[in-house]
Amino acid sequence: MAEPEKQPISIEALKRGDRSEFARMVDAYSLHIYRLAMRMLSNPQEAEDVLQETFLKALRALPNFEGRSSLSTWLYRIAVNEALMVIRKRKPELSLSRPAEDGEEDDNGEEMQIVDWGHMPESELLSLEARRNIDQAVEKLPETLRVVFLLRDVEGLSIEETADSLGISQAAVKTRLLRARLRLRDELSNYYRERMKES
Amino acid sequence: MNDPSHAHKCDHLIATISEYVDGSLSPQLCAELEKHLRECENCTVVVDTLRKTISLVQTCAEDDCLPGEVRARLFHTLDLDDFVKNDAMV
Ligand SMILES: [Zn+2]
Repeated sequence: MAEPEKQPISIEALKRGDRSEFARMVDAYSLHIYRLAMRMLSNPQEAEDVLQETFLKALRALPNFEGRSSLSTWLYRIAVNEALMVIRKRKPELSLSRPAEDGEEDDNGEEMQIVDWGHMPESELLSLEARRNIDQAVEKLPETLRVVFLLRDVEGLSIEETADSLGISQAAVKTRLLRARLRLRDELSNYYRERMKES
Repeated sequence: MNDPSHAHKCDHLIATISEYVDGSLSPQLCAELEKHLRECENCTVVVDTLRKTISLVQTCAEDDCLPGEVRARLFHTLDLDDFVKNDAMV
């Protein structure tokens, strides 16, 4: 997420307990945190819980915020941990630091989809049905790949910030990002190939 | 793609395309990949559609919004009801 343009959020004021500044911070980042949680969990109630819990934790932890990472990276880290806790309740075996999660291995042996759909008109690439398909393709990614993709490509964090938010190495971020992107590309290729046949 | 050594080259270079579309690939690997792309239609399609994939997901995500009632409940939970009217929505 881009730091807010107008007046940057003052860490000093936040640490002093300035409530109006805290409200500004909430407004600057809540959409981003909610979007991340929605796309991690695909459940509005759980996403809202994560959103609230993230800012409650941030409020409590602010006095100890050292500013080694940016405010946004710090908030994302809290939010990711909250979302992962929700997912672990569903899937206790999930771990971000394990090198290869189930379903995260290389997709060797699977043929890459070679369909040149990139030149289809935007109206077809982004039809209502196509958008649903895109959202579902992201949902289908294993969590360990999905969270990397969301932070890097949807929220626009750098490789370094993504690694920092997740507590994993930059090399692991790059590997997972590649896999996530290739899988999404394959999913979208499957979908658009059928649309191309129809037209 | 029928030439096995050519297919091998494709597999090997696929690992670099994610950094390539980010513009963060080393100059040497970048030159190697671009040389291959000039000769290989399949890999060119993969690179083009990978770029498109990322931008389509981004376009969809830009439409996400924070529902007003979710924001109101968040402000209430944080004891910020006084500020809920300051509509600084993005
Ligand atoms: Zn090739």
